[in-house]
Amino acid sequence: MSVRKTFAVLLGCGMILGTAQIQAAPTATMLADTCAGCHGTDGASTGPATPSIAGNSETYMVDTMIAFKSGERPSTVMGRIAKGYSEEEFKLMGNYFAKQPIAKTSQNLDAAKVAAGKKLFGKNCEKCHDEKGGLADDDSGILASQWLPYLQYSMVDFKAGSREMAKKMKKKVDKLNDDELEALLQYFASQQ
Amino acid sequence: MSKINRRNFIKIAGSAAAVSAVGFPAIAAAGGKKQVVIVGGGVGGATAAKYIRRADSSVEVTLIEPNKHYYTCFMSNEVLGGDRSMDSIKFSYDGLRKHGVTVVHDMVTAIDAKGRKVTTKGGKSFGYDRCIVAPGISFVDNIEGYDAAAAEKMPHAWKAGPQTVLLRKQLEAMADGGMVLIAPPPNPFRCPPGPYERACQIAHYLKSHKPKSKILILDSKDKFSKQGLFTQAWDRHYKGMIEWVKAVDTGGGVKSVDAKTGTVSTEFEEYKPAVTNIIPAQVAGTIAKVAGLTDEKGWCPIDGKTFESTIHKGIHVIGDAAHQSPLPKSGYAANSEAKVVAAAVVDMVNGREPGTPSWVNTCYSIVAPQDGISVAMVYNLVDGKVAKVKGSGGLTPMDSSPADRAREVQYAHSWFNNITSDIFG
Repeated sequence: MSVRKTFAVLLGCGMILGTAQIQAAPTATMLADTCAGCHGTDGASTGPATPSIAGNSETYMVDTMIAFKSGERPSTVMGRIAKGYSEEEFKLMGNYFAKQPIAKTSQNLDAAKVAAGKKLFGKNCEKCHDEKGGLADDDSGILASQWLPYLQYSMVDFKAGSREMAKKMKKKVDKLNDDELEALLQYFASQQ
Repeated sequence: MSKINRRNFIKIAGSAAAVSAVGFPAIAAAGGKKQVVIVGGGVGGATAAKYIRRADSSVEVTLIEPNKHYYTCFMSNEVLGGDRSMDSIKFSYDGLRKHGVTVVHDMVTAIDAKGRKVTTKGGKSFGYDRCIVAPGISFVDNIEGYDAAAAEKMPHAWKAGPQTVLLRKQLEAMADGGMVLIAPPPNPFRCPPGPYERACQIAHYLKSHKPKSKILILDSKDKFSKQGLFTQAWDRHYKGMIEWVKAVDTGGGVKSVDAKTGTVSTEFEEYKPAVTNIIPAQVAGTIAKVAGLTDEKGWCPIDGKTFESTIHKGIHVIGDAAHQSPLPKSGYAANSEAKVVAAAVVDMVNGREPGTPSWVNTCYSIVAPQDGISVAMVYNLVDGKVAKVKGSGGLTPMDSSPADRAREVQYAHSWFNNITSDIFG
């Protein structure tokens, strides 16, 4: 990864030194501020459905935005917007949001489902979604306290095959029924 | 990017900026704290106030706005449709005060660009290092007989608040089988998809409460924003209820009204609708003209990078009042412009050259309770002008699935919650 990063920096220098007309990239703050209209100030969404992006790792953000941009990951509006940015800009945004605290939400959840989800979590999810979905370093996207409708949409897309699952995840998801999956989503959403 | 590399990158980018900063006019230090005065507490003004304070809390920001509360125009069509309360689109300025913004409820009557001073109706004056003018829109008398008194009978509801309440009450009071007439304005105007979303929201209400009623849209244009998607929605959800008539078929849309008799006239015909919604032609908010910031078209010409007026230095104009095209006259655009200008103003009062801007816009329209559509675009600066980033943005596909349309409604409501807390929270 560091090679890629160095390359990006060199590329950036070349652009700035080589052609006077090409302007500097917008700052990370400038770029990240454009996201706030839908994803909340500093990426902490007030919901009910648009996900918080605060606290995600830079790697997760960049990979996600590239997937939106190419259409590999389905979306309503995000793909159209992702097409307006370069990978370098995704990195700047990702770096900004990685520094923001994970957003805490208060949602109406079903206590019984949350409890059922808690039981399923350890065996099925914990290896990749560490710290109850609240660890950025696993590069799997912050699920802790995430808005439930977003988690539900994501699972619908995974199950429909329109969004690709990691092989390990697919194995687990294939074994779980809809009630169990819903319980897990509620459990992630409940984390404070 | 690792911290070291990132730091290097900024260093390099910074030195490049410093080189081109040669020749940038130095800002005269007024002594003491830098003062920014913001005229207008709508989306643009309120966002700019908050984001200046976020970027540099040593800058003193005074926001001058006559009203104690702001009602968002966006989502006010849902109030007309009956699915949203007025309270939910009402915002106070307490959040801005918490960011250290001085909020003054008064009306700005003059801006002295040379003396760098703003004067109010209340007799106060405020000196500034930089002024941001965000007055929104004012109406043009393009329809004969449509004055302030007529607007009380035939509401425009194009500035949310009492006008929204009035139009909703008229819809509630009308008998089943009545006709609602909507007269959309000519370009350019605030919220290009707004009149057509409004038709959907009113039809949504009528469909379940007064199903024999009809909506007639007498347009002053021959085409409109998201036309394919709206036409699809009218056919899909409100078949036979909404008729849109283009300008060429009526000799240019509504020409005159008689508020006393409730008559609406085009070149060729007279109508007596049960409810009439006249949305007049628009120009920049009044103070922009008074301050000499407008051109012959009635909007404020600006520099693309900083939105500084090209007529009066030291004054930035943002939101609907500015010649902001290709950015649309939308709430999201005003919010986005305000952040770019906030960053530029903070740079300028600190003697730095403003950085490279980036803007975005997303406009949702809720055409039925489970059917949302959108248009989005990313913008950058090319040759000193705002430009659309090639290949970005676009409309909701005509063939997008019902599930995606339902998601767009949820995302529209999320957008509303997030942008309003970004502005006022």
